[in-house]
Amino acid sequence: MFYLFAVIAVASGVMVVVARNPVHSVLFLILAFFNSAGLFVLMGAEFLAMILVIVYVGAVAVLFLFVVMMLDIDFTQLRSGFMRYLPIGALIGFILLAELLLVFGTWVIAPGVAELKNAPLPANVGALTNTRALGELLYTRYIFAFQAAGVILLVAMIGAIVLTLRARVGVRRQSVASQMARTRAESVEIVKVPIGGGAGD
Amino acid sequence: MPIGLAHYLTVAAILFTLGIFGIFLNRKNVIIIMMSIELMLLAVNINFVAFSVVLNDLVGQVFAMFVLTVAAAEAAIGLAILVVYFRNRGTIQVEDIDLMRG
Repeated sequence: MFYLFAVIAVASGVMVVVARNPVHSVLFLILAFFNSAGLFVLMGAEFLAMILVIVYVGAVAVLFLFVVMMLDIDFTQLRSGFMRYLPIGALIGFILLAELLLVFGTWVIAPGVAELKNAPLPANVGALTNTRALGELLYTRYIFAFQAAGVILLVAMIGAIVLTLRARVGVRRQSVASQMARTRAESVEIVKVPIGGGAGD
Repeated sequence: MPIGLAHYLTVAAILFTLGIFGIFLNRKNVIIIMMSIELMLLAVNINFVAFSVVLNDLVGQVFAMFVLTVAAAEAAIGLAILVVYFRNRGTIQVEDIDLMRG
């Protein structure tokens, strides 16, 4: 199972980077997120896996898809430097990967780290689900960080709306306030109609 | 060979490297650069959760959730800026984005 998820996640990661069409990139990004959610489930972090699917696949990836499809961009022109940057990118990526793997190869958990545990799961894991344990931690000890995260999301939402909202000129729209503020004096005119004559002049 | 911490860390390292690679490779396309950043954040999240599970400490998962929050906010703001920029200039060439004034 692990190898299935890992291989698909990595392969779709590659496709995100090298895909010719950005729409395909977004779709492969969704596939990568799904498989990473599978990895999270394998590790026992079910809540984060579901959050990953909901937030990334449901919100972020769809946002990307909207933007990619909405903007009318000549994507072939954007790829003109692809081959030129391939060697240097591959070189730097390879160096970074080699460094990371070297670090992992010789790395051990520090002996004193067991005492530094902040919020260990209880001994009988079956009694407490991952979601519940996470919630009990999040809503008690990390409540301020949680609220700060909410504020960040609020600011991001307002920022995105303010950035993209466009006040169009020349659009007739209903002004409720001025409608309500009308009085009888300024809207109704009483005309004495002479006999035999019309009302209009 | 049982699946351990090293496996997950390797997958995360590969995904992170792919993110860096994508930024280098698609230097002209802002949208793919942002997707690469999302890939890197995902790799970091995998690292967080792997260590959290191995060390039996839930704080890692709490932190991964905050990372996810910030990633979502970043994507929203970044794409909004991109849309506004495209509306003003009609292009999203990275090489054109070197002026502070619109």
